[in-house]
Amino acid sequence: MFEYYLSLLVKAMFVENMALAFFLGMCTFLAVSKKVEAALGLGIAVVVVLVITVPVNNLIYNNLLREGALTWTGMEGAESIDLSFLGYLSYIGVIAAMVQILEMFLDKFVPALYNALGVFLPLITVNCAILGASLFMAERDYNFGESVVYGAGAGIGWALAIVALAGIREKLKYSDVPKGLEGLGITFVTVGLMSLGFMSFSGVQL
Amino acid sequence: MADAPKGVLVSPIFANNPIALQILGICSALAVTTNLGTALVMGAAVSLVTAFSSMFISMIRNQIPNSIRIIVQMTIIASLVIVVDQVLKAYAYETSKQLSVFVGLIITNCIVMGRAEAYAMKNGPVMSFIDGIGNGLGYTVVLLFVGFVRELFGSGSLFGIQILEKINDGGWYLPNGMMLLPPSAFFIIAGFIWLIRTWQPSQNEVAEFKIAPNTQAKEAV
Repeated sequence: MFEYYLSLLVKAMFVENMALAFFLGMCTFLAVSKKVEAALGLGIAVVVVLVITVPVNNLIYNNLLREGALTWTGMEGAESIDLSFLGYLSYIGVIAAMVQILEMFLDKFVPALYNALGVFLPLITVNCAILGASLFMAERDYNFGESVVYGAGAGIGWALAIVALAGIREKLKYSDVPKGLEGLGITFVTVGLMSLGFMSFSGVQL
Repeated sequence: MADAPKGVLVSPIFANNPIALQILGICSALAVTTNLGTALVMGAAVSLVTAFSSMFISMIRNQIPNSIRIIVQMTIIASLVIVVDQVLKAYAYETSKQLSVFVGLIITNCIVMGRAEAYAMKNGPVMSFIDGIGNGLGYTVVLLFVGFVRELFGSGSLFGIQILEKINDGGWYLPNGMMLLPPSAFFIIAGFIWLIRTWQPSQNEVAEFKIAPNTQAKEAV
């Protein structure tokens, strides 16, 4: 059992890296990767939010939305109710609400962490990596335990990628780049090379 | 409201491209471009969602309380995406399977949100609609460019029709496998940005540091 979860974690972190294999969360990935410190803060915030939202969405999907999930209510004809088309709306609602609650909670009880993560939390609501993880979870039919592990793995993988990119970009500032490629262009090439590197993990199994 | 409708429609395509200049909406742009067909469907879906969400948000922009505007915008966008998803599942099931989660990810596509926030909250419904279409087109152009290169060199075809005869089928073309892998999309986008900025140098970013020449002029003589 433990080995299965470990393998899922490694798969989510490296083989199916959110940023480098699925291009998710690219907007923030490129915008907030100029400094390692900021990248680290955002990375941690993403991990925290993913670990919370993926399992919550998993519960909602399995107990309310999927076909026949409402059987526990004992209503007549509940076995044939299929609400899965409401998925997008409920996932994004849960994510927005969770981020808001997390922000208020941190502000009240852990001000130090709030000051460090505060500016990044609102950004996370529209981060594709968060919604993407929930959608992948629903598509692949993960159970509750798997969804916790998957959320953590996806988050850590994304955080790793953004911190690594920020490290490279800090050095890249001092290099002589062709005029039209400066800034965004060279960043894309860098991410492409990193992505090639991460591809070498494909096929790794524990 | 000084902008002419034509300018609002055309300028996002090259002059103010959402992907190449505003760094918006790259998230889903790259995964769906291994062939032209899906790229086209994705571009059309994003254009429609952007246009209609901008229009609806613009209609109620004076009624939305400022503090909950993000949630309201999200709800409108998510509802539109559900419509698109259901239509795709009904009429283009194969494509919808290929796009998988990326249809859902239109919700968090920064273009949709970004235009709602930056344009629709300040302008009338008609102009917002045109602005949405324009930005959607800018996105579609990049998607089609990437899709064209990837499909042509990766599998030697366009829209699934064989253009370059592959060696396996007795032709002369050896497909470039890397084009079908994720990293190639990054390189192609970088090339696209380079092209567009060579054409319009005003989009170049100012370097943070100026690189001094290695040898001083008097030493070189």
